This record gives sequence, C-alpha cells and structure tokens, in this order.
Amino acid sequence: MTYIRPKFRHPELQKNKLGYTVDHYEGALSTLCAGCGHDSISAGIIQAAYEMNIEPHKLAKLSGIGCSSKTPAYFLSNSHGFNSVHGRMPSVATGANLANRDLIYFGVSGDGDTASIGMGQFVHVIRRGLNMTYIVMNNGCYGLTKGQDSATADQGSKNKSGNVNLFESIDLASLAIELGATFVAQSFSGDKAQLVPLIKAAMNHPGFAFINVISPCVTFNNNLGSTKSYDYVREHVEATATVDFVPQMKEISVEYGKGTHKQVVMHDGSVIQLHKLAEEWDPLDRQSAMNAVLNSKAKNEILTGLLYVNPDAHDLHHMINTSDVPLNTLGKDVLCPGSEMLVDINAGLR
Amino acid sequence: MAKNDKINDFVVRFANVNGTGSASANFLFTKAIFRMGIPVTPKNIFPSNIQGLPTWYEVRVSEKGYLGRREGVDLMVAVNPQSMLKDVKDVREGGYFLYDSSKRLHDEFMREDINYIGIPLMQMCNEAYTDARQRQLFKNVVYVGALAALLDIEFNVLEDLLSEQFKGKEKLIPSNVKALKLGIDYIHANYKYPLEFRVERRDLIKDKILMEGNAACGLGAVYAGATVAAWYPITPSTSVVEAFMDYSDEFRVDKITGKRNVAIVQAEDELAAIGMVIGANWNGARSFTATSGPGVSLMNEFLGLAYFAEIPTVLVDVQRTGPSTGMPTRTQQSDIMEAAYASHGDTKHVLLFPSTPQECFDSMLDAFDLSEGLQTPVIVMTDLDLGMNDHVSPPITFDDKREYKRGKVLDAVALEKIEKFGRYLDIDKDGITYRTLPGTHPTKGSFFTRGTSRDEYATYTEDSAAYQRNMDRLIRKWDTAKTMVPAPQVYQKKNESNNGILFFGTSQYAAEEAMDVLKSEKIIVDAIRLKSFPFTKEVVAFINSHDKVFVIEQNRDAQMRSLLMIEMDADPKKLISVLNYDGMPITADNILNQVKINLSTKETVNKVAEKKPVVAKVPTKKAVKKAVVKPARPAGGKVVKKAIKKAAPKKAAKKVLAKKKVAPKKVIKKAVAKKKVAKKIASKKIVKKVAPKKAAKKVIAKKKVVKKVVAKKGNKKKATKKRK
Repeated sequence: MTYIRPKFRHPELQKNKLGYTVDHYEGALSTLCAGCGHDSISAGIIQAAYEMNIEPHKLAKLSGIGCSSKTPAYFLSNSHGFNSVHGRMPSVATGANLANRDLIYFGVSGDGDTASIGMGQFVHVIRRGLNMTYIVMNNGCYGLTKGQDSATADQGSKNKSGNVNLFESIDLASLAIELGATFVAQSFSGDKAQLVPLIKAAMNHPGFAFINVISPCVTFNNNLGSTKSYDYVREHVEATATVDFVPQMKEISVEYGKGTHKQVVMHDGSVIQLHKLAEEWDPLDRQSAMNAVLNSKAKNEILTGLLYVNPDAHDLHHMINTSDVPLNTLGKDVLCPGSEMLVDINAGLR
Repeated sequence: MAKNDKINDFVVRFANVNGTGSASANFLFTKAIFRMGIPVTPKNIFPSNIQGLPTWYEVRVSEKGYLGRREGVDLMVAVNPQSMLKDVKDVREGGYFLYDSSKRLHDEFMREDINYIGIPLMQMCNEAYTDARQRQLFKNVVYVGALAALLDIEFNVLEDLLSEQFKGKEKLIPSNVKALKLGIDYIHANYKYPLEFRVERRDLIKDKILMEGNAACGLGAVYAGATVAAWYPITPSTSVVEAFMDYSDEFRVDKITGKRNVAIVQAEDELAAIGMVIGANWNGARSFTATSGPGVSLMNEFLGLAYFAEIPTVLVDVQRTGPSTGMPTRTQQSDIMEAAYASHGDTKHVLLFPSTPQECFDSMLDAFDLSEGLQTPVIVMTDLDLGMNDHVSPPITFDDKREYKRGKVLDAVALEKIEKFGRYLDIDKDGITYRTLPGTHPTKGSFFTRGTSRDEYATYTEDSAAYQRNMDRLIRKWDTAKTMVPAPQVYQKKNESNNGILFFGTSQYAAEEAMDVLKSEKIIVDAIRLKSFPFTKEVVAFINSHDKVFVIEQNRDAQMRSLLMIEMDADPKKLISVLNYDGMPITADNILNQVKINLSTKETVNKVAEKKPVVAKVPTKKAVKKAVVKPARPAGGKVVKKAIKKAAPKKAAKKVLAKKKVAPKKVIKKAVAKKKVAKKIASKKIVKKVAPKKAAKKVIAKKKVVKKVVAKKGNKKKATKKRK
C-alpha cells in the first residue's frame, strides 16, 4: 500500500473539453486495503467524470457509513462531499437535490449501508425518483467491522471464518426494478470497460439511476466458498450486453461484437449503445428485465450490464412541480410575502 | 346587572363525540365571544382517535384576560352519553349541566347541587331536518343557539360568523341560522335567561387575533424564506407543515409559470425527514421539519451530525405527553433535556420557547437566522397547547426591512481572494467558521462534510489535539450563541423581592394570572420568562439575585431546573420546582398552591416539587352546605313544556326579590316529572341573607311549577331553592 501519491503526471496527459486532465478528477489517497474492489470503482468514477466533461464543482458526492462510503474522499476532490450517517445518505441527497436541482448528485453506498440499516431510505428514494446516481459497492460483508455477513451475502456463501450464511440474500438490482427505478444496472468492479460507460449513462439519466457493483472484499470475503470473491464473480458473470454511452449523438466509439444492436435514445438525445448478449431481454421493458435477472440468478449467474432503463423518466422536481430555478438561489424578494399580506391574514383571524 | 352576577368570567366545557362535527360549532361559540371583544381561551381535550371516542372542548372567558386554563366547569354542555357520568361530576357545585333531554336523564346523572338544562336536541333536529347527517350536525348548532340565549351572546355576531364561514356556500347559511334560532327559542320559551354568569360586550381584544401556534409556525416558515420542508406526520405537529403547505399554495406559486418556489416532501420517517432538512440546508436552502417528542428521539442521530458537522437545521418540536407514545393528544413541556442535549457525545442545541402564536411566527424567523448564523440546529419548542389550541395573540407582524441573515457563507468572489480555504478555521475567533455551498467555485472552496473528526481544513484526522481544538471551538461558538439568542422577558425593572418565579412557553398564561393573584394578596415575587437556551446573561443575573426561584414547568422531572443547574451551576437549593404533568395545561391555582405552600413554610427545601391537589377557586364542599334532600329529576322535552309556565312566576319571583333588595336572581326553571321533587342547596350564611325565600316559595308554589332560585354572591355563596 502506498502512503504518498506521486505528484508527477505525464506531461502529455490528454485534456477533456473543459481543459482538465484526468488527475483533476482524482481525490485523496485511498485508505482502503490494497486490491479493494472499491478503489477500482473510484477509478471508474474518475474516468467517467473526466470523459463526461463534468465540472467537478457541479457535482455533489454523498455517502453513508462504511468502507464504500469512505470512497467519495478518494475521487473528485474539487467537488463538495458529504459523508453522512449510516444508511441515511438517500435522505441527505434528497434534501440537497431539492435545494439545487442543477447539480449532479452522486451517491455511494455499501451493502450494509443500503440493504440493512438503510433499506428504508433506499426504497423510498427510488419511489420518489430522485435525480441521482446511486452506486452500491457490494461486497457481501461488513468490512470495517471485520467481515460479518451482510444482507446481500448469498445463502450458502462461506465467509473467511468458515461460517456459512443461512439466510436468503437481498437482490438490490431486482428490488430497484420492482420499486420503479428508471435506470438499473449491475456490474463488477473488475470490469472497468463495462463499468465506466454505465456510470456515464447513469449520471446522464434524468431520474433515479442505480448501479449495483459487485466489489470483492480482498481482506474478508475473497476466500474459497464465498460467492463475492474475485474468482467466483469472474467465473459466474454473465453480461446482458456490451454497453457504451454516447453523449448527445456526437460520436460512436464502441466496437460491436456479434449479435444484435440496441440503441436507447435518452431524453437529451444522448444514446446508450447496447450490443445484446442476453436472449429474450428488452432493456426498455421492466418485466423482461426482471425475468432476465431472475433467470440468471436461478442459473447461479450474475447478470451484469444495463438491466433496465426508462429514457422518459421524470424526477421528483417534475412530480412536485418545483421551480426551474434552483430553490437555494431564491431570495427574500421572491420568498417573503411581506407585511402587506399580513393585513389580510390577521383580518382573517379576527 | 346585579352585583352577584359574574360577567365575562366563567368556564364552559363541551363534551362531544369525536367526529360528529362538534368542532366547528364549538369554535363558533368561541369566536363569537372573541368578536364581542372579550378575552377567551379554548382548549381541545381530544382523544387519539378519529371517530367515536369522547372529546372535550373547554372555553374559559375572562374579563381580566386570564388565558390559562382554569379548573371548575360552570356550564357543561353534555352531549356525549359515553362520558356523561364523568361530565356530571366535573360540574362545579352550583353550576349548570346542559343535556339532550330527548330521552329521560337517568338517575345516576343526578346531582343535588347543580342545575340541569334539558334541551331535546335530537328531537328538535329530527323534526326540523330530514337528512341524517344534518340532524347530527345541527344538534351542535342548536346548543350553540341555546348557549347564546343563556349567556347573552349577540345573535348578529353569530350570524356574521356563519356567513363568513359559508362564504361561497351561501345555501348552507339559512339552515345553520335556523338551528341557532331553534336553540335560542327553546331557551326563551322554557328557561330563565340569561344565566348569572354571561358575556357582555367589551373592547378588550383590540387588534388581537385568534390563532393556533402551529399555523403561526407554518406562516413564519414562509416569511422566513424556507423553501424545503420534509416531515413525517405526528400529532400534535402535523398542522405546522399543513399550514406551511396552505400558505405556500397562496404565496409560493409562480404566477407566470405555475411552478412552485417550495418543495415539501412527506418522508418515510422522522429520520429521513431531518436528513432531508440537513441535506437542503447544507446545499443553501432554508429548510425545516416539525415533529413531536417521539420524532425528536428518532432525529437524535442526525441532530448530532448537524451539530458536529455544523449544518444549519431548523426543527419545530410540538411537545406532547411522554415518555414513549405517552398521551399523544395531551400537552407537556417534557422534551427539554432531550432537545437540549440531543444525540450521543458532547452536544448542545439552541432552543427557542415561544408563548404565543405571534412568538411562534417570530421564532421561525429567528430560528433560521440563528441556525444559519451559528451553523447549528435550532429547535423551536412549542407544545400541544400552544400548537393546536386557538390563542388570543397580538397580531402577526413582519418588518419589511428585516433581511435574512444567512451567516458566514463565502461566494465565488470571496473565495478568489482566499489562498487556502479552511472550512473550520476560526478566523473571527467567535467559534463560527466560514462555509461554502456546492457549485460555488470550480477549484476553490470544496470540502468534505463529515461526522468524523477532522482538522481545520475538513480533512479526516484522529489527532487528539485537532479533535480537542474543534470541541473547544464549538464551546466558543456556544458562548457566542448566548449573545445572539432572544433575551428573556423580565417583568420588573428592579428586583422587588428575594423570591422570583421563572417560566417559559405556555406556562406564561397561568403564571401571569398567578402573579396577579399574589400581588392582590400582597405577596411580591419577581418574574422572568425564558425565551431561549443557552441562557443569556439576564437569566444568570435573575437567578443570582434571588434567594429563591420558583421554576414553573410542565413535566415531572423538573427538566428546566436541571438545565439551570447544569448550565449555570445554579444552587439547587434555591430552585424550587412548580410542576404540572397531568397532560392538561397548567393552571394558576396549581401554581399558587405550590408557591404558597412553599412560602408559608420556613424550610426552603424542595418540598413542593411534589404536585399537590389543585385548590379550586370555585366553592368547595365545605363552603356550600346542602339543605335538602331528594334528587331532582328533569324529564324529557315535552314534559318540560307542559310543566313550565313561563312568564308569570318569573316576574313574580323577580318582583319579590327586588322588594327585599336582593339582587335579581337568575331563575332556572327546572322541569321535574310528576313527582315534582327538587332540591335545595344553600349555605347557612346565604340562607340568612336571602330573606325572600318564603315569598319566592309562595309565588312559585302558586303556579305549581317547580323551579330553582339560584342566588349568588361573589362566587362562593349561593342559595338554591325549590318548591312545589
């Protein structure tokens, strides 16, 4: 594990359209274990933000508590971050989003933070269709408290101490689809080629975008018999499609393999390019997406890629008809009815 | 007016069935008295139920402007069979019991020492209306009509109120007026009116308003510029956010786009509600939530985060009776310790204690300014009594010159001038540091908000020195808060006594009344009303300059007293608790009783902490001796009509009484069934004084009508007579 980040950067690092090199999107040095899947996801987030030409200060990153929730410190240090309390990131993100609809809200959580203590807030933030990206770095265990099973640990999976998990696992992706999330994807921290375009598409999605990323815990859950180990996941991964996200139809850079094509045109003209691998699966159809997830689960496979998307999603602001101007920019002149109005109000109370 | 009559000084309690439409009729009664310029204070004593359980509405009328609750019911409007036994018992001796006489009143409801006014409400409504719901609803309006006659409420005032209430639904006015008149006419035809206690028009209300504290909080939030509200429904706080919604519908919808300059979200629980509030405030929108004790318990975790991460947060705690679910529909001031020190670790929170709807409104403005100024949670501590009952209050005012104080927030220009931004650098040495909002500057001002320990640059640290520096700075900020929070109300310019009383919130009403009584008895005490926590220098001075301070509060454990001891190191021996924790608003009698007991004993120890039975101002049993005998038995409406011959006996009685130079008595005819038995209550004293007994007896006897002559002098003397 490194303690000092080298300041040296290649002088010819490519700049994005804002003139930033990728290091502008980096964060503090990670304090997670060497080889942690979460660090790969952080790298994916950095890459996605760089490629999406995101102004870092126009993005707010939020998290709960746990190993995963520490990661916002390790990417986008020019963004405001909020490491809140355990399982409560969705509510903080909701309030933040309501205050200023113009920022990108990027939430990071873990399987303990989401599927156990934060389950209530997770399901309700989905119901409300909050415009945010919600990534679960899912390792099936509690890393910070040394490896207890989490609620996403598969039944029968063996942890490092040799204990077999007796309980049914919670499948976050199918839950999100059922609850009406308008963008649901699943990925693997070891598959950056798949993860980066998914994050890009999620950030561009105008509603609640959920990505469940299987992210092995190298220290506590990478043993033989664990269904969240690197080896197990690599062996059981099954992708729906190869995926690429193309912002606003400018260029298409994906190499297509064999099989059929699917283009999902998003609200703003951007396109998700899918090269379908799974049969009998339509990413625009909730029922079909649900079936695909359940079918692969029955075969002990982990279905990855984009599972479901509704390009015409509406977010919470749309539902409650809030002002197009961010609420946090409104001043007393707009918000305060003034003393004159009190004349009538008082009169009505006499 | 006779000298024995009590004008504008009585208590009426309505005993209703929840969900039968009594609320609007009862409010009509209150509002009419208010409109007649007379101070009035209604209390809802309602069940945690939607339909079916007993509910009471108690109205105190007070010429002197005493707006606290008072024990002793002068007139009970008992239209709920379910609670009638209790209701009969609650009438003070010599008081009145108004009931639906469509059916005969059972013997068990009979008391010798009270007067019965039977009105066949059900029967009358069945005859007058065809629709079942109307029959039910108008019973309430009929009794309001009856009360108008009995208590001299001006009819045109009621009529005006009805036309205002049904503006736009004018069709409903005549049927309501008809119901009123049914009640009035019935009293006119069958009973002597008005009663010896009644209302008389005054000009004591001036420009005051009648408003619930919760509505004032909601309105205050609109004026304070709150744009995000998140909440979870809980009695008694729900109507805070509902008022905010209603006023937002009026004031926060853009006339051109139709879009709303406000976001209101009903959260999945109180945890999420406060989380949203914190998220919104972190992002620069003024945001608040409202809850009650159980909600504050759940919000503890987040309140600790907001305190430590220094995020403005505004919370209204409409306190109810705890612990746990407690009595959800009763009042208490029992969240003080919970709110002051909410969450684990070393935390302290700013509290505000409004007493009136006007102060509720002002508190919201102050709460946002303080919360953003201090970057910390501010909790507005109201209670069910203030929040859900109508209060006579000074009008709501807003100074248009008042600007929102948004605190130390750096914009992009300010950030440009700074070499290195440190979120927790105490540049001004007041403990309050500069914050930035997301999205302000591309490369400067970003920081990581966290509930973990951090250094001055918001970087995670486990360095003991850095941690302690931060904790010490938070105390520095707390000291700054003492100079910013609203100062208490001190009732005297200079100390006049070694004894003082201290109170806050809704105890104000009863405390001020108690002070008045003490003054009239030449017992001088100084007084202070707290408006905020932390305690300001005025509070310190008050405690230090008195030998004994009675701390009046509505909880069992003397929580404010504890707070004074903890925060000011006040000597426990000098802080004498005056407590009320039965769920009902505290009364002046209760305070007087506890204070007097203490002042009359030499010991200064905390003996009065234990709640003593209330000394009722109404005559006690000892004061009134019962002369006779068999219980009266009022009968059904029809019988009443038969039994009563109206004018003659009344006049005659009056005449006789007048001759003897005794104040004219209100004669209440008591309908008695065939047996024609009645009762007589008179204190010996009174009997002696009231000479016309015989004469009156005679006259009444002649007409073969049984009636009761009630004579009163002050409120302790009475003579009640009956005769065949």
